[in-house]
Amino acid sequence: MAVRKRAATLLAAMLSLSGLGLADVARAEPLGLPPVPIPQDNPQTADKIALGNRLFHDLRFSSDGTVACATCHKDDHAFTDSPLRTSEGIRAEGGVGKKTGTRNAPTIINAAYFTTLFWDGRSASLEDQSQHPFLNPVEMGLATHEPILAIARSDPFYVELFKKAFGKSGAGVTMEEVKKAIAAYERTIVSADSPFDRWRFGHEENAISEGAKRGFEVFIGQGRCVSCHVIEQDQALFTDNRFHNIGVGINRAQFDVPRLSAEFLTAKAKGADVDKAVLTDPKTSELGRFAVTDQFDVIGAFKTPTLRNVAVTAPYMHDGSLKTLKDVVKHYNNGGRSEGDPAKVNDYLSGGIRPLNLSEQQMDDLVAFMETLTTPAYFGAKTR
Amino acid sequence: MSEFITRRSVLAGAGAGAALTTLPISMVTLAFGGTREDFTFTYISDAHIQQIKGASFVRNWDQGLKRAVAEANLVKPESDFVIFGGDLAQLGKREELDHGAEMLSKLKGKLHVVMGEHDYYLDLGDYWSKLYGPHYYSFDHKGVHFVVLNSILTSEQWTFHRWPTAEQRMLEMAGLDNPNGSPFMVGDKQRKWLANDLAKLDKKTPLVVFSHSPLQKIYKGWNFWTDDADEVQALLQPFDSVNVIYGHVHQIQYNQIGNISFNSVMATAWPWPYPQSYAQAESHLPVLTIPMNRADPFFERDATGWQLIDIGSGRVTARYQLWDNDQRTVAFDHKAGRPVDVAYQEPTQRRLPQTHY
Repeated sequence: MAVRKRAATLLAAMLSLSGLGLADVARAEPLGLPPVPIPQDNPQTADKIALGNRLFHDLRFSSDGTVACATCHKDDHAFTDSPLRTSEGIRAEGGVGKKTGTRNAPTIINAAYFTTLFWDGRSASLEDQSQHPFLNPVEMGLATHEPILAIARSDPFYVELFKKAFGKSGAGVTMEEVKKAIAAYERTIVSADSPFDRWRFGHEENAISEGAKRGFEVFIGQGRCVSCHVIEQDQALFTDNRFHNIGVGINRAQFDVPRLSAEFLTAKAKGADVDKAVLTDPKTSELGRFAVTDQFDVIGAFKTPTLRNVAVTAPYMHDGSLKTLKDVVKHYNNGGRSEGDPAKVNDYLSGGIRPLNLSEQQMDDLVAFMETLTTPAYFGAKTR
Repeated sequence: MSEFITRRSVLAGAGAGAALTTLPISMVTLAFGGTREDFTFTYISDAHIQQIKGASFVRNWDQGLKRAVAEANLVKPESDFVIFGGDLAQLGKREELDHGAEMLSKLKGKLHVVMGEHDYYLDLGDYWSKLYGPHYYSFDHKGVHFVVLNSILTSEQWTFHRWPTAEQRMLEMAGLDNPNGSPFMVGDKQRKWLANDLAKLDKKTPLVVFSHSPLQKIYKGWNFWTDDADEVQALLQPFDSVNVIYGHVHQIQYNQIGNISFNSVMATAWPWPYPQSYAQAESHLPVLTIPMNRADPFFERDATGWQLIDIGSGRVTARYQLWDNDQRTVAFDHKAGRPVDVAYQEPTQRRLPQTHY
């Protein structure tokens, strides 16, 4: 944690030195968040962010012209596609319905702080991440990135914006610029300043209810939530950026793991695309982080998501299998087991997951606490 | 099947973070001459299955062994056999041995089991024998001679004449840093057996000895010690290549004494020295005597694990699978003439302990 803080401070200093006041490109961090880490090779500029915003919302970058990044990450749904269980992409064969992925669309809010992207962390940066959904056969369905570049190089609006943002035009515009612009836009989507932040970091005693305060005690105590959903002394990302097998999805697939893991490794050795394999086959998807690292100790493990705005981003978990926050709390209280799961948890369960013995009251308090993590922009937005 | 394992390729593979699952199995020419089929085996150790009451067992230790068995069953190509390195039980009870044995029974392939002091000092290994057979034995596999020793014995006086009950004897031996404990030994009778067993062999035959305690004198205060280690080593030294693989210490250790390479294996129960537990649940760890600021208290499996071992070079290459942590490989360096940790974690690379909450 200390290392990340230092890096963030350095980057902020670099921004000021480059003559771009932070205020020009992004407002100051809201209460409860550290400075946004900005990569050295992709500094924030207003023109780049405006370009990225446009690219993010452009439906033309999909094979059937109906899917943009913003389709699964809707601004007014806290950048998710709530209440969908798993994301919907391009039209299915025959034009009936949509092709669906295997995973719930995570919010982009505060993704700027993630050290890896995607539920299984297979991308190391927002820049790298942004290029993949275009080519995924169930998401945007393009065969190559060429159609994107054709539009970026010819649409007069884009020609102008790429020139302003990168000083490039024609063949000079490549996916590098597209990726950087989208990532720069995503780094502006940060939010905190929730009732919790006002209470915890702003010391406003009445910002949250007594029940939520009790819930906070459960969160950092008996519930052990804070072990992964990290809170620091002066800010809270609510994620440890690590991967855990918490029993979701993998409990049901546990008896298939020997076959699935062997088949997956064989296919990967022969050059199969992880991106396509995990998002198109529901069972392979449950292998989680293992599909990226090939290591047995992360079988069924997925990235800890942030809890900010969690009350408005239902349903929950990587597969969207839990409908309410109470369902989520119950899952943890049962030691990593939900209704409908096999009688035993999977053998690969993370060590920190164990029965919690919380009372109904404690579970309700915990939910009340999580409801205080909603950012003002989404007050009143209820999607469950 | 044309790839040859040499020391170089094994080390290079380890350095590149080669997965267990991609280990090359092939026909190899070994350092000690001749051609034979290479093989691997997996090694799980120190599960310390502990009964709380009735059908209630300490969850952490159960989960550690269950997970080790499940992962061992995923290894491809399948390993030739599995060794369990001792301390299946915590207090030697039938319930604990049965419960542990049930978990081990899910392992694919042949299982060889080593006697640990926690399995022994309640009934002096009677029930363990009903499950797993003789306390010490040897077998041959693809040109390698394997010896399994019971290295946790001690004097007649301590064992038979000192304690009012068997339970008391077990508790004294299970205690850490306990001045009432006794150093372990292999003993006269077993050393005689070993001398006879080895007498039949050509000195070029590669030897692998499994013991629970180290067969070397590391630190008496922690019982990382085998009192007649020197005499046992003297029997082993005449062989060109000897590997002693031991459990008990719950950490990575390696050493070279003359021709003998020593490699420890990890525990599935807890690391030593162990961290103060973060758990709100009652802790069933033995009393903490050595503080540790390395392992992450939330991740109960941190600093525990198991390893896949191959002896393609005639010496042990141990690939440690450390749960929630980076993998490590200890391989024999023929130039240096001793095992080396090929990916020793520099201080700057180590994972810091959890400091928040």
